[in-house]
Amino acid sequence: MKNGPRSDETTCAGRGRHPAGSHRRLSRRSFMQASAAALAAAASFTPVSVARGAGPSGKDPAFRFAYISDSHLYAKDLNDRFARALLRAVDDVNHLDPQPDFVFYGGDLAQLGQDHELELGARILENVKAPLKMMVGEHDWYLDMGKKWRELFGEPTYSWDHKGVHFVVLMSVVERDFWTQRNLSPMERMQTVAGLDNGMQSSFMVGAEQREWLTKDLEKLPKNAPLIVFSHSPLYKLYKNWNFWTDDAEEVQAILKRFDRVVVIHGHTHQVLTNRIGNIHFHGLLSTAWPWPYAPQGMPELTVQMSRPDPFNPNDGCGDGEVHVHADGLVDKVYNLWNRNPLIVAKGYTESLGKKDVPPKPNRPGY
Amino acid sequence: MSSHTVKALVAAACLVAVAIVLGCTAASRPADEAEAQAVADRHMAQWKLKNPDRARQWIEEEKARHTIRPPADNSDLLKGDQGKGHAYGNYTERDLLVWARETEKLVVDGSRIFHNAALLGGTVGVSCDMCHPDAANTHPETYPKFQAQMGRAALLRDMINWCIEHPVRGKALAADDPRMRALEAYITAQRKGTPLNYGKH
Repeated sequence: MKNGPRSDETTCAGRGRHPAGSHRRLSRRSFMQASAAALAAAASFTPVSVARGAGPSGKDPAFRFAYISDSHLYAKDLNDRFARALLRAVDDVNHLDPQPDFVFYGGDLAQLGQDHELELGARILENVKAPLKMMVGEHDWYLDMGKKWRELFGEPTYSWDHKGVHFVVLMSVVERDFWTQRNLSPMERMQTVAGLDNGMQSSFMVGAEQREWLTKDLEKLPKNAPLIVFSHSPLYKLYKNWNFWTDDAEEVQAILKRFDRVVVIHGHTHQVLTNRIGNIHFHGLLSTAWPWPYAPQGMPELTVQMSRPDPFNPNDGCGDGEVHVHADGLVDKVYNLWNRNPLIVAKGYTESLGKKDVPPKPNRPGY
Repeated sequence: MSSHTVKALVAAACLVAVAIVLGCTAASRPADEAEAQAVADRHMAQWKLKNPDRARQWIEEEKARHTIRPPADNSDLLKGDQGKGHAYGNYTERDLLVWARETEKLVVDGSRIFHNAALLGGTVGVSCDMCHPDAANTHPETYPKFQAQMGRAALLRDMINWCIEHPVRGKALAADDPRMRALEAYITAQRKGTPLNYGKH
């Protein structure tokens, strides 16, 4: 970030490349092999289109974007299930009619940050028809400290404006150095970070450098500006043991405090998750790979949990979704749960602090 | 050579060996317990040097990585004159230490396997913790219960094996496989304090 953060488009345009990255140079045939297997597996699947027209809040949204997140790819010959799940998500967003304004990827594209995992992900995401916006996750980062990810997708921290809404993407999974003193190899460091319940790693944070950048980036916006911030980890403190947590969350929230309303959308938690802290409305993203259980402590009151996933169905609790953005910047958050009815957390729900538009309660709560 | 002759020869050889050892020990017998401990520690240190892999503090290492619930505290058994004059129930501090350490060892071994796709025999890089961090949502207290998908009442180990065969894509473990015993121990330990409620869906 020494030269100032830039969007992935800007970075790639400077290098004369497509924003989706250098994977264009990769073999077409190897991609086709991956997608053929996936299409065969997903042949019986018909994408559902959800919540067309007026949302539960009664007003047409200003625009829509779609999301895919947390695919945790291994090499496809090691684990084809995760690769097929991402292909299914790409199929979902490509079948949305009308097409979303863009598709946002929420981080953890790779499982162990390896070149071939990130390249496989980039090759699959290349098939997304709408423009693609990328966010980084800890699984993409801690093998080579982001080298390959940056090469493919550009800088991890950037912002842009779209139809009157200011969008910001943060790299919220900065960890303090726990590896040098322990003399860990890059792969050992990566595997430590990859374990959600591994207590040897540090907590996530945004860090002073990015907080300073964020302050500057938002400086010229009026207080009523519609603002949507993306972070991989939730920008609040939910459950430290699993890094459902950002250490400097309060400092980041303080930067956002002067705005009338802010939406923060995060990955990492692999579940339906809703929170509201003052002017900030938080929404989680689903994973395409597997759902996480809800944290045993610290659950936000506003969250109506999704029914616990069926272990006998490998896709249950996974999925992708859409975000319907209203003119004031608040959103209807659509969780497109594969194998279930889509679940909508409407703008009115977080706006009324849970009094209106209550999402359906789970019929199979967690144990 | 008949087996009797072999046994006799072995016995004789053993006697000679024991005599030699005793002789040496008698000659350089440690003066007190502290000195004896020092001798033992030196031998242990030498063994650790020669066997670095086996000597790793794997229990401490695993506990540094993952939160593991401790076994029950039995210190009440040492209070007052409980068990006094009984062959059964007359415990010492050492008994309690052995129980705790051996139980914990099994549980910690379970945590190690739970978090490691290779030890589980998985073929797709998937380990238990990827869906069950800290063994969350394993609900061992709800078994046995009827699983329609299996067509029978399932025990915790049946669900462990189901997971090993499906998401983990490994081979089912025998009921008395040391890994199965360790996994059951860890999963149960993580639900310490939860009332048993078998049959709960």
